[in-house]
Amino acid sequence: MQIYRWTLTMALSIVHRATGIALYVGTLLLAWWLIAAASGPAAYAHVQAFTGSIIGRLIMFGYTWALMHHMLSGIRHFVWDLGYGFKANEREALTWGALIGGIVLTVLIWIVAYAIGGGR
Amino acid sequence: MSAADTPKRSMRTPLGRVRNLGAAHSGTSDFWRQRLTAVAMVLLMIPVIVVIMMLLGRNQAYAKQILGSLPVAIIMLLFIIASAWHMKIGMQVVIEDYIHNEKLKLVSIMLNNFFSIAVALASIYAILQLSSGV
Repeated sequence: MQIYRWTLTMALSIVHRATGIALYVGTLLLAWWLIAAASGPAAYAHVQAFTGSIIGRLIMFGYTWALMHHMLSGIRHFVWDLGYGFKANEREALTWGALIGGIVLTVLIWIVAYAIGGGR
Repeated sequence: MSAADTPKRSMRTPLGRVRNLGAAHSGTSDFWRQRLTAVAMVLLMIPVIVVIMMLLGRNQAYAKQILGSLPVAIIMLLFIIASAWHMKIGMQVVIEDYIHNEKLKLVSIMLNNFFSIAVALASIYAILQLSSGV
């Protein structure tokens, strides 16, 4: 393994799996939120207390990034599945696009979230 | 393989030849479903983000009203089904790649199925309860 020179596409392949696993575990949060909404005000307040806390916000921010990155990285794989983007410069461009795009989308979503939710 | 089955003479398509093959004898169906659910989630991503934005900072009564409304409930149900299916397949690929002990692998695949189905059913049940008020 040590003889491989690490490339961006190799590293991002691992990140795609890692974000996928994080999203897998994170569906527990989605289920918790929906069950709380169905259970009543007290249960829902617990979820809001968690997502409103510093730790909760950090987790939600990380989850947003994992979702956005995994989606863009997945679209990249989809382009490859269709048989395009295999040239060296195209591979690099797609990979950088997923990396930068994931961060940009995450920040954009949180700016909108604060703009909308901040006043409530 | 008889001479008629060799790729050169065969009239079967490449997809037709691999159907029902592979370790699970289900051919490329998981590969296809992984892409199908991925595309579904990309299409659902904006509506789901809009729903979550609508509910930021709102109380349970409002969340119940929005999540229980027909269009939102359908969007959420589709998203839950697509994500549970997608993550079940994805995790199975990871398990098959990294766990080489046969017994541990089977147990892991079984737990993966249990987890994915449990999360999906719990979420679906919550949405149905929010929609019908039972």
